[in-house]
Amino acid sequence: MKARVTVTLKAGVLDPQGQAIEGSLASLGFAGVASVRQGKVFDIEVDGTEESDARSQINNMCERLLANTVIENYAVEILD
Amino acid sequence: MKAAVIIFPGLNRDRDMVAALTKISGRAPATVWHGERDLPEADLIVIPGGFSYGDYLRCGAIAARSPIMDAVRERAADGVKVLGVCNGFQILTEAGLLPGALMRNTSLKFVCREVKLQVTNADTPFTRLYEQDQVVRCPVAHHDGNYFADPQTIARLEGNGQVAFRYAEGTNPNGSINDIAGILNENKNVLGLMPHPENLIEPAHGGNDGRALFASALDLVA
Repeated sequence: MKARVTVTLKAGVLDPQGQAIEGSLASLGFAGVASVRQGKVFDIEVDGTEESDARSQINNMCERLLANTVIENYAVEILD
Repeated sequence: MKAAVIIFPGLNRDRDMVAALTKISGRAPATVWHGERDLPEADLIVIPGGFSYGDYLRCGAIAARSPIMDAVRERAADGVKVLGVCNGFQILTEAGLLPGALMRNTSLKFVCREVKLQVTNADTPFTRLYEQDQVVRCPVAHHDGNYFADPQTIARLEGNGQVAFRYAEGTNPNGSINDIAGILNENKNVLGLMPHPENLIEPAHGGNDGRALFASALDLVA
């Protein structure tokens, strides 16, 4: 089973890299970019076919390693 | 006083730390590889700086989940002093031994220079040989030293005297909240700081302002 984990900075956490990307987009002439927040994506393949098992295992991975929940949120999407 | 230095792959300040501890205490610290599960008897456990695991995922994230960190966590809970410098500070926050997180510097640049530090709390096992509010010199060298925690955590740290060091005289190199350079846990036996006191301990370094931190932690006279 394949899953995609998206890790993003929580609202209110300063994202200097996102700001730099936003500035670069503006310098390329992209108008109307209100904000950019940078994050991470993990594509994970796990054994088994039970979606609920995979989801609970991957949530556990997020809590213990993939995200730092002090500063980041995570979302798990089962792809197939 | 016995010290132990934890070694992770990718650190590069471990030899400086071992040299500083040896020079100041007169005895070489034990060095412990990250894959070990047991720590030797020690009164001070030190996690030095560098780039453990190439800063993959997040600075300190992989090192914080190493086998040896369970032993460090147990000793810290028993009241043994634990010091994390630079990447060591990042590892201690990732391991949950200190609150908050170290984010990318607001300048987005790696900063390698000298800063001024205010000793914000001189009543701790790591700072007692400094004067309260004393301003000292210290080198910094990091890309991710921008201390962040939610407002409640910051208020708690400030209220409990858990801010050990603050960048002083406008030298905050990274955008850290409240100019925080180093914090303690609630019991004040775990200290993490971004600056490198081990690199300012003798005349050859151009000064010895960092020496009192180790002398305090090792129960020596400065």
